[in-house]
Amino acid sequence: LKKRLIPINYSIFDCLAFNNPKEPIFALNFKSPLITDHCKLITDMKFSEDALELISRIKKRYPEGKQKSAILPVLHIAQAEFGGWLSPETMDYVASVLNILPVEVYEVASFYSMFNLTPVGKCVIEVCRTGPCWLLGAEDIVNYLQNKLGIKVGEATADGMFTLKTVECLAACGTAPVIQMGETYLENMNIEKVDKMLSDCRTNIKEPISHWSKKHIKKEQA
Amino acid sequence: MSRKVLLNNISVPGIEKYDVYRANGGYRSVEKALKMTPDAIVEEVKKSGLRGRGGAGFPTGMKWSFIDKKTTNPHYLVCNADESEPGTFKDRYLMEKLPHLLIEGMIVSSFALDAHVSYIYIRGELLYVYHILEKAIAEAYKAGWLGKNIMGTGYDLELYVHPGGGAYICGEETGLIESLEGKRGNPRMKPPFPAIQGLWMCPTVVNNVETLAAVVPVMNMGGEEYAKIGVGKSTGTKLISACGHINKPGVYEIELGLPVEEFLNSDQYCGGVKNGKKLKAVVAGGSSVPILPAELFLKTAKGEPRLMSYESLADGGFVTGTMLGSGGFIVMDESVSVVKNLWNFTRFYHHESCGQCSPCREGTGWMEKVLHKILDGHGKMSDIDLLWDIQTKIDGRTICPLGDAAAWPVASAIRHFRKDFEEYVQNPQGIKEVSYLGELAEA
Repeated sequence: LKKRLIPINYSIFDCLAFNNPKEPIFALNFKSPLITDHCKLITDMKFSEDALELISRIKKRYPEGKQKSAILPVLHIAQAEFGGWLSPETMDYVASVLNILPVEVYEVASFYSMFNLTPVGKCVIEVCRTGPCWLLGAEDIVNYLQNKLGIKVGEATADGMFTLKTVECLAACGTAPVIQMGETYLENMNIEKVDKMLSDCRTNIKEPISHWSKKHIKKEQA
Repeated sequence: MSRKVLLNNISVPGIEKYDVYRANGGYRSVEKALKMTPDAIVEEVKKSGLRGRGGAGFPTGMKWSFIDKKTTNPHYLVCNADESEPGTFKDRYLMEKLPHLLIEGMIVSSFALDAHVSYIYIRGELLYVYHILEKAIAEAYKAGWLGKNIMGTGYDLELYVHPGGGAYICGEETGLIESLEGKRGNPRMKPPFPAIQGLWMCPTVVNNVETLAAVVPVMNMGGEEYAKIGVGKSTGTKLISACGHINKPGVYEIELGLPVEEFLNSDQYCGGVKNGKKLKAVVAGGSSVPILPAELFLKTAKGEPRLMSYESLADGGFVTGTMLGSGGFIVMDESVSVVKNLWNFTRFYHHESCGQCSPCREGTGWMEKVLHKILDGHGKMSDIDLLWDIQTKIDGRTICPLGDAAAWPVASAIRHFRKDFEEYVQNPQGIKEVSYLGELAEA
């Protein structure tokens, strides 16, 4: 029994991340400093200098002691910096940066639809499927993309290039149907434009693109 | 009937830049407001009759007067730019083209509310607009309209943009406040209202983008003059985002009181129904408001022509009327299946329910499943009554209005288009195969 005891400062996701089913997963620690120190130990991930600079400026926007408010912008930046999705490790790291409990990050990340909690392709194609877009043919576009890419909604292509997602109203109903890719809105879409979008991505996109594009992390520094 | 007070400079090239905006009369209202007392500004807004443009239509001046003045806690002003009501895209257009108009309105409003820190909560999907706003705010700081001792008056104001993460519920003011505090966007019980205990438990006012932008013309022309625009208690102008089966979708600024028929058919606005088809139904104010069939939309039950105003659209209550809402004007031609469309909207509400209140969390899912069953050709007549029954048990029984917003479209669709439902039930073979965007009930 003694062998199965784990250090008290393990978080629930550590056990999942290490994928060791023998270790009990109930040892949650509610003392934030221990957990954050611990996260620093197990992770070698680090935001780029530019991102750290940006995050420290964002944290200053909220009153003293309320830096938890920065969680949404920081998660956006984390998603941009660490491969377009939020792994448990990334979320633990974000918790340590904001000095809050990891669980506070998990609960927020799982609530908002823009955060990917599973790995995604380099280009995430987000097709709006709500009312007005749907009236004007979003359905056909989703079906076409599913056939063309050979995947279902929510899946990624085998080459890791595309993930197909459907999202709710993107506030671009006047130029429906609309697709969002990264920060870009592709409006008045039709089958030809979708084809062009796919071929453009294949030739131009080498690194994962995300909502908060890396150029803004660098640019805002200046 | 084509007076513009918000978008009058929209066609000036480079209007999103500070210099051009200032040269076209920008920031005049701040100069005027900072010479007045905060109470006088609130009075001016009250006189203007300006009503919240986000959907509820609550008088803005009155909302401002509720703010707790006795407390020693700081006051906050938060701009609700979490525009995610299906059919609405006016705020995105306004912020993208005229970021300085919003900033100007926020400076005046913050001064009136004695707020020294203000936030613009913008929905996460609009991160590109977030960067436009950041740039505009940086310009305003540089020109001395923000920061310490604005224009030598001794008034300090910090203005920040805060991105959301993609959740419709954060458009509800207490959900938005929770989200701004870095939590899940679960709406709070009211009372206490945000004007007493809002952001970080301090007095807070949350206003829509268009409302805050409209404060600028109110200040420039004076409250009484602004109140002369429009009709009755619907004063001023309103941005309407028109979409669906029309020839000219887009954002239009209209003087409240414009006849709906003119708005729909005039070439100046929507330009009529696309491809010369017949009008079937209209959702006049974003997906949450009751859907109306063409006859009832163009004329009220009493036979009077309907106007684009808070009162006229609501004429007849929910039995034969609807709401102006957020101004998301969705037009459907005769080819549209109201049942299929309703399923789409209901799926949306099910997806966006935060899950706090059982009637909404479970009810939206049930309605989605029942509609799915009817569309699949397995529906019974009793399912229509079941749908009606479920919506009555959601309406008014939840913490925030998302439950009501999910129930109203269902109620109105059954009320006005019961025949369509019955057709699906009676002729299951006649149904063209329905394909579904995304899987049923993902949650």
